[in-house]
Amino acid sequence: MNVFEVMGPVMVGPSSSHTAGAVKIGYIARQLLRDDVANAEILLHGSFLATGVGHGTDRALVAGLLSMKPDDERIPDSFSYARDAGMEYSFGGVELRHAHPNSALLKLQGKNGNKLELVGSSIGGGAINIDKIDGLDANFAAIYPTLIIHNVDEPGHVADIATFLEKYSVNIATLKLSRDNRGGRAVMVIECDQEVPLELIEKLRQKKGILKVSYLSMED
Amino acid sequence: MKGMGIKMSFRALQEIIDISEKTGKKFWEVIMENDMNERAVSREDSFQKMYMLYEAMRNANDNYDKKLMSCSGLVGGDGEKVRIALEKGNLIGGPFVGETISKALKMGENNACMKRIVAAPTGGACGVLPAVLLTYEEQMNVDKDKMVEAMFVASGIGVVISVRAFLSGAAGGCQAEIGSASAMAAGALAYLQGADNEGIAHACAISFKNLMGLVCDPVAGLVEVPCVKRNAGGAVIAIAAADMAVAGVRSQIPPDEVIDAMREVGEQIPRTLRETGEGGIAATVTGDEIAKRVLKHTPIL
Repeated sequence: MNVFEVMGPVMVGPSSSHTAGAVKIGYIARQLLRDDVANAEILLHGSFLATGVGHGTDRALVAGLLSMKPDDERIPDSFSYARDAGMEYSFGGVELRHAHPNSALLKLQGKNGNKLELVGSSIGGGAINIDKIDGLDANFAAIYPTLIIHNVDEPGHVADIATFLEKYSVNIATLKLSRDNRGGRAVMVIECDQEVPLELIEKLRQKKGILKVSYLSMED
Repeated sequence: MKGMGIKMSFRALQEIIDISEKTGKKFWEVIMENDMNERAVSREDSFQKMYMLYEAMRNANDNYDKKLMSCSGLVGGDGEKVRIALEKGNLIGGPFVGETISKALKMGENNACMKRIVAAPTGGACGVLPAVLLTYEEQMNVDKDKMVEAMFVASGIGVVISVRAFLSGAAGGCQAEIGSASAMAAGALAYLQGADNEGIAHACAISFKNLMGLVCDPVAGLVEVPCVKRNAGGAVIAIAAADMAVAGVRSQIPPDEVIDAMREVGEQIPRTLRETGEGGIAATVTGDEIAKRVLKHTPIL
């Protein structure tokens, strides 16, 4: 963690991991969905499941899915805000393999039909990690502008995308690759030092072999 | 890719000290410059951001409501009780310790009541640092900039703990939360009292050794019992550790090794004592009864 992950955030209590981190996971999921949430299946794992209710983890995740941030004083009342916004939600438990004790699996459906399945974990002090997106390893902290690209596992995509980013003067901070199996579905997670222009994201979406492009902006 | 010039998070307190000695910059300054580098911001931006957090702590303290109780009814009003007792002259520890205890309880209660606080490093441990720092500023008549510098000292210690060990009760028990907050506060206090780099690191180590093995056993899984009162304990241990370090007392075990020990201990703490609410104080007969009563009203699963 860096300095301001350790100190801060300014947040509504009671728990940085179970409340603030949970709001953030919901918030990031909402951003990656690029759509207002119509339906959310929220599955809690480990300590989130065991003590989530008492920490307001349930209200916190719903608040995040409504685009509230961790210092929003409406968090305790998020369920009624969800009703007003027409967002359906349900809770359950899940046993996730190799997951941090404070993790949640969110299955989201947007009002415009967008879908997203995300596993996020709250790793302490309000910091989070996005572990999986649509079943593939993602593993990023959501503190940089982040591009998540799902593509067919074939040669050339990494080089192409790196060239694209260079053209738009976006510097790559970190780059992670993984895939489900050879020639199957691959995922690139690219953390950037600058915001990625929307124009570039649209171009990527139209490229052959690219299955899905999600983008996490750090701008409000 | 850039990367080469970027300084990653500090892996050791000794690393901060080495940079400080090589560059002639102070402990806090090394940490601030790391943030400037990491986020590509100016000196003013970094300092201002930390100042805002300190002010947010002050606001949270000022906004304490002595009448407020947590949803469970378990927590509220204790910080005010200690303040009154201090005012009457009934406390043993004197004005500094008494005020620290009062402020630590108040902040812990704010947090339990879902009011706005500053996680430092976590919500459960949010009372330790503001209790010692705000009290220090009030009673020692120091410059506000110096308080912000102390916040950087505390943050740098927290960064090292996060890299070498952990900062969440679920991962490492309460020693990772109150223990870390106390170690951060001890280092900050030692700095304010004029300790050198070694003194800062040893204040941190001494404090940690006093809280090592502390389990996370919240009743009903709530950040209330025993969490709020542990903020007061963590703050007072920070004072004791800083006083020892300032007097020249040294930890026989190097500070970074103490942090490693905290990690090893945390890994051995069973799951029932890591924020699951299934062991320790939570598993007492009364703790169990409270849990049944409280959780009956909020079923989701």
